[in-house]
Amino acid sequence: MSDQTPALREPWDALAKQREAATFGIWVFLASELLFFGAIFLVYAYLRALHSTAFEQASSHTSVFYGTLNTAVLLTSSMTMVLAARAADIKVKAAVVVCLSLTAACGLIFLVVKGFEYKQDIDDGLLPGDHFALAAAAAKMFFSFYWGITVVHAVHLSIGIVAVLRLALDVYRDRLPLRSPQYEVTALYWHLVDIIWIILYPLLYLGGRSS
Amino acid sequence: MSDIAIGGVGRRNYLNDSHSIRSWLLTTDHKRIAILYAISITIFFLIGGAAISLVRLELLTPNGMFLSDDSYNKLFTIHGVIMVWFFLIPSIPNTLGNFLLPLMIGASDVAFPRLNLLSWYLNITGGLFTVAALVGGGVDAGWTFYTPFSTEFSHGAIALAAIGVFISGFSSIATGVNFIATIHMLRMPGVTWFRLPLFVWSLYATSMMFVLATPVLAVTLLLLVIERLFHLPLFDPDYGGDPLLFQHLFWFYSHPAVYIMVLPSMGVITEVITCFARRRVFGYAFMVYALVSIAGIGFFVWGHHMFVSGQSPLASLIFSFLSFVVAVPSAIKVFNWTATLYRGQISFEAPMIYALGFVGLFTVGGLTGLFLASIPVDIHVHDTYFVVAHFHYIMVGGAVSAFFAGLHFWWPKITGRLYSESWARFAAILMFFGFNFTFFPQFVMGYAGMPRRYHVYPPEFQVYHVMSTIGATVLAAAYLLPPVYLGWSLWRGRRAGDNPWGASGLEWQTNSPPPPKNFVRRPEAPDQPYDYHPAGQAPRADERSPRRAANAAADR
Amino acid sequence: MGFPLYPAAASTQAQATDAIFIGLLVLSGVVCLLVFGLIFGFAFRYRNGSRANRGDLPEFVQRDFEIGWTAATLFLFLFIAWFTSATDLGSLAPRKGTIEIHVVAKQWMWKTQHPNGAREINALHVPAGEPVSLAMTSEDVIHSFYVPEFRIKQDVLPGRYTQTWFQTTRTGTFHLFCTQLCGTEHSRMVGDVVVMKPDDYARWSAAQPQADDIAKEGESLFRSLGCSGCHAPSSTVHAPSLVGIFGKPVHLTDGRTVTADDAYIRDSILQPSRAIVDGYANIMPSFSGLIGDDEILRLTAYIRSLRDPKESMR
Repeated sequence: MSDQTPALREPWDALAKQREAATFGIWVFLASELLFFGAIFLVYAYLRALHSTAFEQASSHTSVFYGTLNTAVLLTSSMTMVLAARAADIKVKAAVVVCLSLTAACGLIFLVVKGFEYKQDIDDGLLPGDHFALAAAAAKMFFSFYWGITVVHAVHLSIGIVAVLRLALDVYRDRLPLRSPQYEVTALYWHLVDIIWIILYPLLYLGGRSS
Repeated sequence: MSDIAIGGVGRRNYLNDSHSIRSWLLTTDHKRIAILYAISITIFFLIGGAAISLVRLELLTPNGMFLSDDSYNKLFTIHGVIMVWFFLIPSIPNTLGNFLLPLMIGASDVAFPRLNLLSWYLNITGGLFTVAALVGGGVDAGWTFYTPFSTEFSHGAIALAAIGVFISGFSSIATGVNFIATIHMLRMPGVTWFRLPLFVWSLYATSMMFVLATPVLAVTLLLLVIERLFHLPLFDPDYGGDPLLFQHLFWFYSHPAVYIMVLPSMGVITEVITCFARRRVFGYAFMVYALVSIAGIGFFVWGHHMFVSGQSPLASLIFSFLSFVVAVPSAIKVFNWTATLYRGQISFEAPMIYALGFVGLFTVGGLTGLFLASIPVDIHVHDTYFVVAHFHYIMVGGAVSAFFAGLHFWWPKITGRLYSESWARFAAILMFFGFNFTFFPQFVMGYAGMPRRYHVYPPEFQVYHVMSTIGATVLAAAYLLPPVYLGWSLWRGRRAGDNPWGASGLEWQTNSPPPPKNFVRRPEAPDQPYDYHPAGQAPRADERSPRRAANAAADR
Repeated sequence: MGFPLYPAAASTQAQATDAIFIGLLVLSGVVCLLVFGLIFGFAFRYRNGSRANRGDLPEFVQRDFEIGWTAATLFLFLFIAWFTSATDLGSLAPRKGTIEIHVVAKQWMWKTQHPNGAREINALHVPAGEPVSLAMTSEDVIHSFYVPEFRIKQDVLPGRYTQTWFQTTRTGTFHLFCTQLCGTEHSRMVGDVVVMKPDDYARWSAAQPQADDIAKEGESLFRSLGCSGCHAPSSTVHAPSLVGIFGKPVHLTDGRTVTADDAYIRDSILQPSRAIVDGYANIMPSFSGLIGDDEILRLTAYIRSLRDPKESMR
């Protein structure tokens, strides 16, 4: 028995199995992303253990306003993403399109806010180079890490935004059935990007601000 | 007895299904993707081989002949980078693995066929960046890219090469995800986990390492590029950074990488030895546990590359201990392959010659690993030719031999043709002798103190270098033979039947070459892998030389 | 023309290393004979169509063999691991009465300095039979100090000191190689370690151009760079006294206790805010970029020489 909807692809002969495989596959991929970001966090942990004062001092110079705003935006986007996946489950097409669009919009807002934040960071002299504002040598390392990881996160987020927008477009134009595995796959990826940010936020913004 | 009907002639198979370039470059058929990979890895092998030929030539005299110091450093770097990431790592998994995995489990393709094609494009894109680095200035930091030389002092195209390898890493991760999902979800009914061919198990263990180790390489290279291109310090001691951090990150990936390179080889060897000894593999369960433990423990031994780096003595002791532990499952596999020969009906076709050569060379390579795991000995031989010889015994004597074993074993299935057995045997034997003559002297000169990566060297080592270069010339000649006689077989070779070797395994239950969807009729999954003989009985002599039976049938 | 089959053993470590090497060689030889012998034996005896007896092995023999050789291999390897580690541990602590040589590596040369100030480039003269300890650092990239005949090797890193030691057992001239790829002339960064009889060494040492004792040079640097401005006993600035601190524990503001060794002195000069002595403020300026490794060497030698007058000589 084979399910001849456009969502069914080789080598599968049943959509349920294909969905299961897609979910399985994205989880395996998320395991690799865990190792990827895990290695980055390990680098941070090691450098911070080596230079705790300098790192603390440096992280008090990041823009906690923009950072917190972005955290709120991303958390909201995760909520809309969950709603989109749920709407796909219960086959409410309009809700799917709306929620996916909101998710992508939140992602774009994040990037825009990040852009403003970067501009302010550069104005404050926080780009490691000849005119670096902070005295401690290790502070340059903190900011190397800051720029590196936020760019990597932004790249992951951008990939997610493109995926979500493409999904929204396909649903809107009825080119993708609501039973396709792609909703769950995209949602899982989006949540990963969000979780990475949730870990990054205290590492980058909350150090040195407790007293 | 297997079906020896002549397959392929006039029948629709994956090769003649469509001839347009587009149908090849946009294929999602795992078999065609395997062929695409085979072509690209061959090109990379030629580039890496050309580089080291120049190196070995230069080393004939102690003071060099035609290369500058910088050119020399660039040549061995490009040899290492290309051979590791663009030949060895993709070789068996992405050619033989891609082709055979769905066939071996009774599926019509891998779990994510389009992702499979993307893997290939990522691989060759990465390769193009890396070759561009070669042409655009050269890379001189060694394939290991140690900081601060690579980040602050080298004048080569380091960032470009690092980006190329970074991109190819995603090819590996995609392959890993694909294979794991395929093995979990596409086994046909009757193919349970403990009935899988050991080649499939080896691909499974390798894929775990692809998925978990490669991301760390990606991070390492990313941080290297960030520091080098954007001058954002992370490993720079002037800012409080630590060059050893780079080494830990690099080797955390690169040690599992060597198991990525060797585990699929082990899988191939089991397939070949069982077939040509007509025996079930000795100790199937232990062979599985051995594969999985090598993959698992292999994640925790990376510090044995860093005994003299300045890491703490306690760390060195722990890594040394674990390195001895990880050697045990490899030893078990060698014993089991040997025991598989016992009471068999052994014939010596080319795949078997390669396979037996593998067992011998891998044994030598593995034993020298014990030397390297011992800290006092390693302190003496680290960064000398002893290490170079050790890893070439495993990578070339081992993995490349296994690749050729598999290539010849499955050649009839992949191409529908039989190759010339006498030429193949000759090449295998020539390769074995050429290989040993190249690399055994390197063990001796390594212990004698000859450092690696040296353009000029003290004259007392010259005799070893000359021996090694002569061996390398023989080896190079041996490598040039298979393209010739295998290519010839494509044009004028005898057509192969479905199962010219009388081998077990579902891939032999379909045509040679297979149809686009793999099976014309549903294959029968056996209750046991390697059912060459009933349990409790020995293989019979009239099972002998399946090749002769096939040839006889072909003449009818 | 001879070629080395085996390097001379010229140090105490060489003897230990060679013993392990030979042991492993014998073991490897036995294993290879066993494995190759069985393969050839089986390949011949059980070749296709031969008339050897072929019955199947009973199940329990299969399982017992497996468990047996797995356990045997594991215990053997664990024994080797223990034995080699014990040897390694035994060689970690340098012996008493050690001569301390400072080594600075840079692209592409070795600079060595003796305790009495004698300096050499790409060479090291030492007296035979005495333990020699090397404190090494690099001015640029990672290098590695390797003397095959001593069986010693240690990577030399920028920004920190690494240590190794050897005790020679014979006189002669031995190769020194750099064994960490360090750039264009990596293979030309070689030198000689010359081991001399003690009186020959004494004569050689006396014949060296009399450089000032490096500790004396350190003392003048201590003044000219302004260190004495804060660290001299007469200073009005509250800074820790450096008399007698070398090798002693130091309590830091963050609660840690560290030993005042070469690395600590170097860090205090280049990155003073990293480890502030308990009871003092973070006011010492950093000299990073203002002084080189050579000068740090001299300052360290000077501080090392500042002994508490109440302490007896070590």
